[in-house]
Amino acid sequence: MTLEQERSSSRVPQVPIEDPGLGEHTWRPTDVAEAKERRAERQVAALFVVSMVCTVVFVVAYFAIDIGDNWTTFAGLGASTLVLGLSLAGALLCIGVGIIHWARKLMADKEIVEMRHPAASSDDDREATLKALDDGLQESGIARRPLIRNTLIGAVGLLGIPAVVGLRDLGPLPGDKLFSTIWEEGMLLARDVVGTPIRPSDMEIGDLINGQPIALFETDEEGEPLYEGEDLLVNKAKASIVVVRMDPSDNTPAPGRENWAVDGILCYSKICTHVGCPINLYARKTHHLLCPCHQSTFDLSDGARVVFGPAARPLPQLPLAVNEDGYLVAQSDFTEPVGPSFWERG
Amino acid sequence: MSTTETNGAGQSSVASQVASTNGAKASSAKKGSPVGKAANWADERLGLAGAAKKNLRKVFPDHWSFMLGEIALWSFVVLLITGVFLTLWYRPSMAEVTYTGAYEPMRGLHVSEAFASTVDLSFDVRGGLLMRQMHHWAAMLFIAAMLVHMMRVYFTGAYRKPRELNWVIGVLLLVMGTLEGFTGYSLPDDMLSGTGIRAADGFVKSIPVIGTYASFFLFDGEFPGSAVISRLYTVHVLLLPGLILGLIAAHMLLLVYHKHTQWPGPGRTEQNVVGYPMLPVYAAKAGGFFFIVFGVTALLGGLFTLNPIWAYGPYDPSKVTAGSQPDWYMGWPDGALRIFPGPPLEYSFFGVTLSLNVFIPIILLPTIAILILLALPFVEAWITKDKREHHLLERPRDAPGRTATMVALMTFYGLMWMAGGNDIIAITFDLSINQITYFLRVAVIVGPILAFIITRRWCISLQRKDKEDLLHGYETGIIMRSAQGGFSERHEPLPVGKAYAIAQRDPDRPVELERATDENGVPSPTTRSARLRHRLSAYLHGGGVDTPTRAELEKAHAHAAHEHELEGSGDDRALTARGENTPH
Repeated sequence: MTLEQERSSSRVPQVPIEDPGLGEHTWRPTDVAEAKERRAERQVAALFVVSMVCTVVFVVAYFAIDIGDNWTTFAGLGASTLVLGLSLAGALLCIGVGIIHWARKLMADKEIVEMRHPAASSDDDREATLKALDDGLQESGIARRPLIRNTLIGAVGLLGIPAVVGLRDLGPLPGDKLFSTIWEEGMLLARDVVGTPIRPSDMEIGDLINGQPIALFETDEEGEPLYEGEDLLVNKAKASIVVVRMDPSDNTPAPGRENWAVDGILCYSKICTHVGCPINLYARKTHHLLCPCHQSTFDLSDGARVVFGPAARPLPQLPLAVNEDGYLVAQSDFTEPVGPSFWERG
Repeated sequence: MSTTETNGAGQSSVASQVASTNGAKASSAKKGSPVGKAANWADERLGLAGAAKKNLRKVFPDHWSFMLGEIALWSFVVLLITGVFLTLWYRPSMAEVTYTGAYEPMRGLHVSEAFASTVDLSFDVRGGLLMRQMHHWAAMLFIAAMLVHMMRVYFTGAYRKPRELNWVIGVLLLVMGTLEGFTGYSLPDDMLSGTGIRAADGFVKSIPVIGTYASFFLFDGEFPGSAVISRLYTVHVLLLPGLILGLIAAHMLLLVYHKHTQWPGPGRTEQNVVGYPMLPVYAAKAGGFFFIVFGVTALLGGLFTLNPIWAYGPYDPSKVTAGSQPDWYMGWPDGALRIFPGPPLEYSFFGVTLSLNVFIPIILLPTIAILILLALPFVEAWITKDKREHHLLERPRDAPGRTATMVALMTFYGLMWMAGGNDIIAITFDLSINQITYFLRVAVIVGPILAFIITRRWCISLQRKDKEDLLHGYETGIIMRSAQGGFSERHEPLPVGKAYAIAQRDPDRPVELERATDENGVPSPTTRSARLRHRLSAYLHGGGVDTPTRAELEKAHAHAAHEHELEGSGDDRALTARGENTPH
């Protein structure tokens, strides 16, 4: 079917009412009354003048208002930010409103008509283009020389490989890094922020302490922290824990975990098994721990079983013991990977 | 109508009529004038007169809804301007530094350079906080305007041939704008955005087979590493803006080539476009509108604090704030993530783990949503077998199946978005978060279906109303009492322009099932795709009401005239609907 046929076969809707055509143009007051026209002109110019005033206010405020320590001057906003924002907004809005007012009141408002053309080219143009394309292809001989064509496709296609391989050094391979943390046998549990070790007697039933392995707070012989910067963050992101104490009779330890608690003190990974947010909302009566990101809820008295929400796995538990000085320590590292699930975790 | 005798002489020429002040002062582009000389100079080098002659007075139709895309365009320009300002001070580095700036509560803290420089931008650079907040507000506006613009284009059928490719470009712009937003709000490396990146690490790890590799490549090792901020920065200020700029250029070029769609009305046809010329009216209105969008973002930036990172503090992987929420446009996939049940959707087999509870809502679902959006114009064209060009817009009611489809999608989006704020809803309305979640798990499936059915029926009743108005006129609110004492409401015919605009629509009818016959007259079996098309078409395009025919209209009008005559013959009188004179 040629284009012309296609166009002529287009259904033209049967309109039951005759097109009345464009109505007569209505002249605006500003078109017919000189006083109104002058008034609109003055309004537009006044808006532009107000804009200039606002710009001057902006510059004055920039230099006059000290930004340093006034971030709550007005309703929680810094005076500098507030005045700069308002004056800039005034300068811009007055220009915008002025131009539009000008267009609406003073520029011609008679609607004009333009004819449309089909998006497609004419049949002649199409034919000529197809012929040119065909001539080009013929002269290149690409269809008649499959050897050249196929080797070229192969060569260009292979270039995709360096494009991918070149990104290999974006990062190291995962290896087994996700399977372990810096927790190890005898590592002291330390309070978050202050880094002090915890005695069982420091905790009452119902308490929750946010903790870290003490190694994150330790220094070497020269007084330099063992972990800092990136190292610190990476290990914190995996090794953070919550320590809770409950009535030992409330706790139902999973088989094989009977000796992981110390006097009702239990320790779990703080990193949600859903997508990895740190968990921190604890309901001490029900022993439920809620993740504030997506509301996964874990029952800490039942092996951190998921009782609600999108997480699929319990929080990993850290087996606890008490060392000879009477402080809480880990019996070992976590026995499973912490944080969000991943393909290789099994 | 307001044409008075004073302008009688000027009717023939617009220029002589409009704004005599323009004539007195405006610059002229005639030969020899400065503007003319400059244009001449440029044309001798660029040869643009050929293209400019058609486009300087290009006609753009006027309607408030055509402004939505413009908001998106101008907010992107605001983003470029404010964004360049921010890059002059922001440092995309995760190296640890000690904060020493003007914000006292934070002095001495060990923070990343990215965080410190963002706080500096807020408290040590004059206008910096304003620019940060304007940038963020403009980003929200950018995406909101794109979404609403997309709905306008869909509901009015403006994406039909020949504009399908521009629809595709628009969807890509929406996707890139969203990614641009996510990469942007991650850059300050504060507590909230760090939590977002932490979750993103979980999303990436949920991808089957390659998840951990993708995560290690993204973060240059284990989360959070020290590379992700600078990488996101490159994506945010170079890669995505470049792509967005290119796509916007293509979007605009196609708009100019296709010419803008227009609403049906007197004098408006599929073959013409009626409106104001680019120069001066449209250029002035659009240019002025840029200043208004810019000004509104300045107002928002100056008055409303957004993303106060100094209150959130620097990122610490062991801490989180309650009520962690992404920016609004990331809300719906986050909601999906919240209501997807966990335990039944994670599987371990053959020593590997498949986390469908994360992978489906956050990776698969958004991908499917994008594919659905991309496919909409092509699916509709396939179902309707409509090969015509369309330049007249359709009212949503005149295409019930189409309108209902988008309302169903919007309902799904809205419910998912609600789910993204389930904790806020629970606290604000004192509800149980568990019950909200259980409710939404059902509602996201049932809601869109109900919305589809209700919208379709609603559209069809609006069509009936239109037909009623065309046949019997609109209700005037004037109560007539007949000689016999009966009361009736007086109906007046619609103004002819409005009646024409309503009546000229395309009939919305299902396609017939093709029963082609071969040369022996034996009907060939219908293909499966033809049967599917027939079924879809019958549901999406069936049940509508056709516009009355000319004969029906004439009959109805004759009938109405007859009734008026009857009424006029009695000694009845018109009473207002308020009924102060209503007799008992």
